[in-house]
Amino acid sequence: MKGIFDYFRSPRQTSAKVAKERLQVIVARERSSRSGPDYLPALHKELLEVIRKYVQVGDDAVQMNLESEGDCEILEVNITLGDKQ
Amino acid sequence: MSRIVVITSGKGGVGKTTTSAAIATGLAQEGHKTAVVDFDVGLRNLDLIMGCERRVVYDFVNVINGDANLRQALIKDKRTENLYILPASQTRDKEALTQEGVEKVLEELSQEFEYIICDSPAGIERGALMAAYFADEAIVVTNPEVSSVRDSDRMLGILSSKTRRAEQGEDPLPAHLLITRYSADRVEKGEMLSVEDVQEILSIGMLGVIPESQAVLNASNAGMPVVLDTESDAGQAYRDAVARFLGEDRPHRFITTQKKGIFGRLFRG
Ligand SMILES: Nc1ncnc2c1ncn2[C@@H]1O[C@H](COP(=O)(O)OP(=O)(O)O)[C@@H](O)[C@H]1O
Ligand SMILES: [Mg+2]
Repeated sequence: MKGIFDYFRSPRQTSAKVAKERLQVIVARERSSRSGPDYLPALHKELLEVIRKYVQVGDDAVQMNLESEGDCEILEVNITLGDKQ
Repeated sequence: MSRIVVITSGKGGVGKTTTSAAIATGLAQEGHKTAVVDFDVGLRNLDLIMGCERRVVYDFVNVINGDANLRQALIKDKRTENLYILPASQTRDKEALTQEGVEKVLEELSQEFEYIICDSPAGIERGALMAAYFADEAIVVTNPEVSSVRDSDRMLGILSSKTRRAEQGEDPLPAHLLITRYSADRVEKGEMLSVEDVQEILSIGMLGVIPESQAVLNASNAGMPVVLDTESDAGQAYRDAVARFLGEDRPHRFITTQKKGIFGRLFRG
């Protein structure tokens, strides 16, 4: 995996490009949580708590993504448990 | 008809007060009767940028509480015709800006002024929400920097959900992007997000790009809105922004290093 310092060292990946890529990710994530129903942050928090009863995971272990297809809403939940021992 | 315009950003120190002073002064210079209102309760500094700090007698909160009337609190600008300043209160009571109070004052201002420019405090708390709540239009001030762009995006979310227009189901208020403290030099070197980068991420219309400029500090030292420094790059950029705000189509300047290159070559030769 490429570390953040490799980005700064490589000649073509300027720090402005790194900034833009980071922003695109952050903003996309925040927008999708904003557009969702009010209970999403609470649901996210409780899911994390439940998972942590069994596995130690970081705050970004649970990724939620709300999509609508026609008049159907789909909440996609991705749980990453981290490296296998 | 009167328009309430909020100058907002989320993040602090990006140039909201500098912009409020410049845009309000520019609009007044164009003959529009304008009031500029400091919403930064407890951290009043619009009066310092406008150079009228010694003439503050009553403030926004005094008017809300009925300790003074609007006429007593408004300061008439000494340099620019058609321009009035309503200073913020220095009270530490953050609850002083009640929604009813703010509405009453803005309504009264609307009877007399064409433009009401609201200088928002930083953050997304009460003061910032109150500055934005009654707005008809927003100018989002952003520095080409990760945290500032992120906060601007949050503020855009707030503008589209937590304003009176949003709550009453009207069309969302138009939001314009103003990028400040821009350094074409650093953008060229790949050290700073470009105008296109920021605009692509926030995807709102571009009102202007204000370069990083020493003229801004000089102006604030003197207590004079930088737009009055007509020789300066920042002053000219603000002037362009005001013209665009009023519907004029003007090309963006100060976004490439080209001009500097020519001067550089001249002086080196
Ligand atoms: N275009 C600019 N170039 C250089 N300095 C600037 C520019 N715009 C703002 N500043 C400086 O940035 C600081 C914050 O500006 P201010 O307008 O008070 O921001 P805010 O109201 O968002 O907190 C001030 O010291 C100001 O002089
Ligand atoms: Mg300010």
